[in-house]
Amino acid sequence: MISFRLNGQMQQVDVPGDTPVLWVLRDTLGMTGTKFGCGIAVCGACTVHIDGEQRRACVTPIESVAGQQVTTIEAIGGDRIGLAVQDAWVKHDVVQCGYCQSGQIMAAVALLKTNPKPSDADIDAAMSANLCRCGTYVRIHAAVKDAASALA
Amino acid sequence: MRPVFQYLNGELPQAVEAGGPASAASAAAAAASIAAGDAGGLGRRVFLKMSLASGFALYATGAGAQEAAGSAASAASAAGAAAVPEGLKPFQQPSAFVAIGADGVVTVTIGKIDFGQGVQTALPMLVAEEMDADWSKVRCELAPAGEAYKDPFFHIQMVGGSTSMKASWQQYREIGARLRAMLVAAAAKQLNTPAAQLRTESGSVVAPDGRRLGYGVLAQAAFAEPVPATVQLKEPSQFKLIGKPMNRLDARAKSTGRQDFGIDVKLPDLRTVVMVHPPVFGGKVAKFDPAAALAVPGVEEVIQVPLSGGASGLAIVANGFWPARKARELVKVDWDLDGLERVDSAAQLAQFRALAKQPGVSVQKADLSALGGAKPAPGRITAEYTFPYLAHTPMEPLNCTIDFRGDRCTVWVGSQFQTVDQAQVAGVLGLKPEQVVLNTMTAGGGFGRRATPSSDYLVEAAQVAKARHAAGKRGPVKMIWTREDDVRGGYYRPTHLHSVEIAHDGKGGVLAWKHVIVGQSITMGTPFEGFLVKNGADGTMTEGVAESAYPFPIALEVHHPKVNVPVLWWRSVGHTHTAFVMETLVDELARAGKIDPVAYRRQLLAKHARHIAALDLAVEKSGYGKTVLPKGRAWGVAVHESFNTVVAYVVEVSVKDGRPVLHKVTAGVHCNLAVNPRTIEAQVQGALVMGVGMTLPGAEITLKDGVVEQGNWNDYRLPIHVDAPKVDLHIVPSAEPPTGMGECGVPPIAPAMANAMAALTGKRVRSLPFPV
Repeated sequence: MISFRLNGQMQQVDVPGDTPVLWVLRDTLGMTGTKFGCGIAVCGACTVHIDGEQRRACVTPIESVAGQQVTTIEAIGGDRIGLAVQDAWVKHDVVQCGYCQSGQIMAAVALLKTNPKPSDADIDAAMSANLCRCGTYVRIHAAVKDAASALA
Repeated sequence: MRPVFQYLNGELPQAVEAGGPASAASAAAAAASIAAGDAGGLGRRVFLKMSLASGFALYATGAGAQEAAGSAASAASAAGAAAVPEGLKPFQQPSAFVAIGADGVVTVTIGKIDFGQGVQTALPMLVAEEMDADWSKVRCELAPAGEAYKDPFFHIQMVGGSTSMKASWQQYREIGARLRAMLVAAAAKQLNTPAAQLRTESGSVVAPDGRRLGYGVLAQAAFAEPVPATVQLKEPSQFKLIGKPMNRLDARAKSTGRQDFGIDVKLPDLRTVVMVHPPVFGGKVAKFDPAAALAVPGVEEVIQVPLSGGASGLAIVANGFWPARKARELVKVDWDLDGLERVDSAAQLAQFRALAKQPGVSVQKADLSALGGAKPAPGRITAEYTFPYLAHTPMEPLNCTIDFRGDRCTVWVGSQFQTVDQAQVAGVLGLKPEQVVLNTMTAGGGFGRRATPSSDYLVEAAQVAKARHAAGKRGPVKMIWTREDDVRGGYYRPTHLHSVEIAHDGKGGVLAWKHVIVGQSITMGTPFEGFLVKNGADGTMTEGVAESAYPFPIALEVHHPKVNVPVLWWRSVGHTHTAFVMETLVDELARAGKIDPVAYRRQLLAKHARHIAALDLAVEKSGYGKTVLPKGRAWGVAVHESFNTVVAYVVEVSVKDGRPVLHKVTAGVHCNLAVNPRTIEAQVQGALVMGVGMTLPGAEITLKDGVVEQGNWNDYRLPIHVDAPKVDLHIVPSAEPPTGMGECGVPPIAPAMANAMAALTGKRVRSLPFPV
C-alpha cells in the first residue's frame, strides 16, 4: 500500500511501486483528466503538481510521491490561481481538440504561482515545455497574460 | 460523465461510465423520453424504437436511405410521432439531429467528429439559427455511425477535405427550419392562433398578444407534428448567430479535465492492450517467448494477431496500461522479415531523382519548346524540391475500445471515418456492418490519421477481440498505441520530389514550365482510388499544381513509385508540398523580373477575385509596402487556394544563426461566409503553427534499413510555444455559402517564410524542413 494525498484527500493504492502516477490516476483511480501523450516526459500532457511543483506524471513512480500532495486538473479549479487560469482559457476560447490542455493549464498555474507577472519571454520559456499539436499557442499565450492581470 | 447505453441490444452495462460524446444515443434518449411521455428514465424498448425513428438505422443495410426512412416513418408513427413526407431522407429529419428537453435544453447531434476543428460548435449554430433557439441552452453530441449521419455528398459518414461546413450548410439549417415549423405548428394549436401569426425568438414561440410558449414545453407536441418537406431558410441579413464569433461549446469541459476522449472510456471488466509491432512494415512473428512478459503482475495474455497489410504482431493483454507496457519490453520475438523492401531514406531520394528524369504519367501537357532549341530563353530556373515523410502524431495516442460478443460488437473510437471503420471491424469479426455499433468519441486531434481506408488500428483491436473471443475470453478491450507505435506506425504524408524547369523572359513572363512530381499515391489500392485517381495520376498529389490559379503553361508529369511504407493524407494533403513549390517559384519569377512579388501575383491572379481579395486584405493590414521594417527583417508573401478557400499570408521574418525567426503573420482569408469567425481564427492560428512546424529541423520521418529512425517527440520535432508568431487575421466579408477551413491555413506559411528568407539571404529554400 502506498499512501499519498490526492487533491486534498488521503489516498491509498495497492500497486507496484514503479507504476507511474499517471497510470495510478487513470487506471487505478479512474481519474482521466490527466492525459497520456508520450510516456517520456516530453509533451507535458500528464502534468500534475506534486507538493505544489509541476511534474510529469508519466515518469514519476507512485512510490516516489508517498506522503506527498498530488494535485490534478480535476481539483486545480479550487485554487484561486487555478480558477483564474481556467476562466482565462474559456474566455480566450483556447482549446481545440483539448487533449493537451489539462497539462497546459497545470503548467500555466505553476508558472503564475512562482512568477505572478510573467513577461512574454517568461511565458515563452515556461510554456514551451508543453506540446499542442493543434497549435493553440497563440491563445495560450494570451490567456496566461490575461490570467496574470486578472490575479494582479 | 453519463452512462454508456449505446449498446447494440440496448442493454445497460451496470454503473458504467464512459465518454460523454458516445451518446448521440442520449439525443435519441431525450427524444424517446418525450415520445414516451417519460420525463426521467428510458426503457430499452423505447430507446430502440427511437433509435430507428431518429434515423440511426442500426439495422439499415444496403438499401440505405429509403429503408431507413421507411423504418423511421413506421417506428415514429408506432410511437404516435411525426409523419414523414415521402422522399425525405434520414439526413433531413430533425429527430435524428435534435432533442429538446423539458427544460428547454436543445441537444444537437452532429454526424461529424470534432477533434478540434470546431464543428461541434459551428454546426449547432446552423441549427440554432434557423430554430431561433436560445444559444445559452444549446448543447452538442457526436453521433454514432448511422445512416442519417452519412455525408450528403460523400454518402459515407466522414470528416475530410475540409468539407464539414460546406456539406452541412444547407442540411443543418434545413433541420433547424423544419423543427422551427413543427414547434410553431404545435404552438398554433395550444395558443389557438394561426401559425402565420406566430413568431419565434430565443427558444420561444410568441403570439401577437404576447403569450409565449418555450420550446421545452412544446417539444413533445412538436415532434409529433408532420415534418415539412420544404422550408424557407433565412437570408444572411437575418442571421443572429451565424457570422458572430462564438466560443466553443466544449471550452469549459476541456479546460477542467472533464471532457472524455476515446482513451478515457471506462467499462466493467475492461482490459488494456498494448501491441508489439514488427520493426519493418509487413513483418511477421516467426516465434515468440511470452514467459517473462506473462510474469509481470497484471499481465494476462500475449496473443499473436494478424495486422493490416499481411503483417502480424503481438497483443499484450493486461489489467491496465502500465503492466502491458512493461511486459512489452520483456517479450522475446523473432521476426520474419524475408522479402520485405527495406526502405532507406537517402537511397529513396536518389531513386526518386532518377525517376523524375524518366517519362512519367502526363497530367497536363504544354509547349516546352522554349526549354530547348538553339535560342535559349533569357531566363531559366531549374529547381529540385524535396519533402520528407511526416507523421500526424495527434496528441491523443491512437486507441480503440471494443466489446465483441460473438453476434454483435460495440466500438468506442475517435473515428474520422465511421462508415469505413464500422465495415472494416465487421469484416474482421464476420459480422454485418449493422451488427457493429460504433460510438464516435471526441478525439485528441487527428489531422487525417483517423481517416485510414484500411482502418489499421481498429482492425488490430478487432483482431485482438476476435482472438480472445475464440479462446473463450469475454469482456471489452481497450487497445492503446504508445507514442512510439504512432511515430513508427506509418500512414505518413508521403515523401515527394518535385523537379521543375522554367524558361522565362526575365520580365515575369513564363515561356515554358516542365514540372515532374514523384511520390507514393495515397489512394491507389483503396476504395478512394476510383474517385481520386485519374488516368494513373493521384489528384491528392497534384492538387495545387494541376489546378493552380496561376495562368502558367505547365506541363505536368507524375510518378507513383510503390514503397513499403504506408502513406496517408496529412492536414491539407497535396497542398503541403505543392503550395511550397508554386509560391516560392512565383516569388523567384517576380524577383527575376524585378517586379514586386505582390504586384506580380495581383497581375497573374487578375481573374481570381477571391485570391485578390484575400491577398489585398493581408497586404493592406500588414503594412506591406508602407511600413519600413526594422533592419534585418524582411517581408514574405504567399497566397494559396485549398479546399475552395484562399489564404494569404504576409510574414515578417529575420534570420538568426541561419534559421528564420517568424515575428508576425498577417492573414487574409476568403472562406465565403464566415459562420463562426472565432473558430476560423483558431483554425488559421493552429494551421499556420503546424505549417511552421514543417520548416523545423527534425520535422521529418526517415528510415534506415526499413526501420523508422524516430520514435517519439524527442526526435520527431513538433512546433512549440515559442515557435508561434503573433497572428493578425482578417476575413474577407462574404454572404456566399461557406467553404473549407480546417486545413487551408497550413499550405501558404512555409513558402511565405522561405520567400522572406530568400529576400534576406539571397538563397532559395528548396526543401522542408528548411536545411540546417
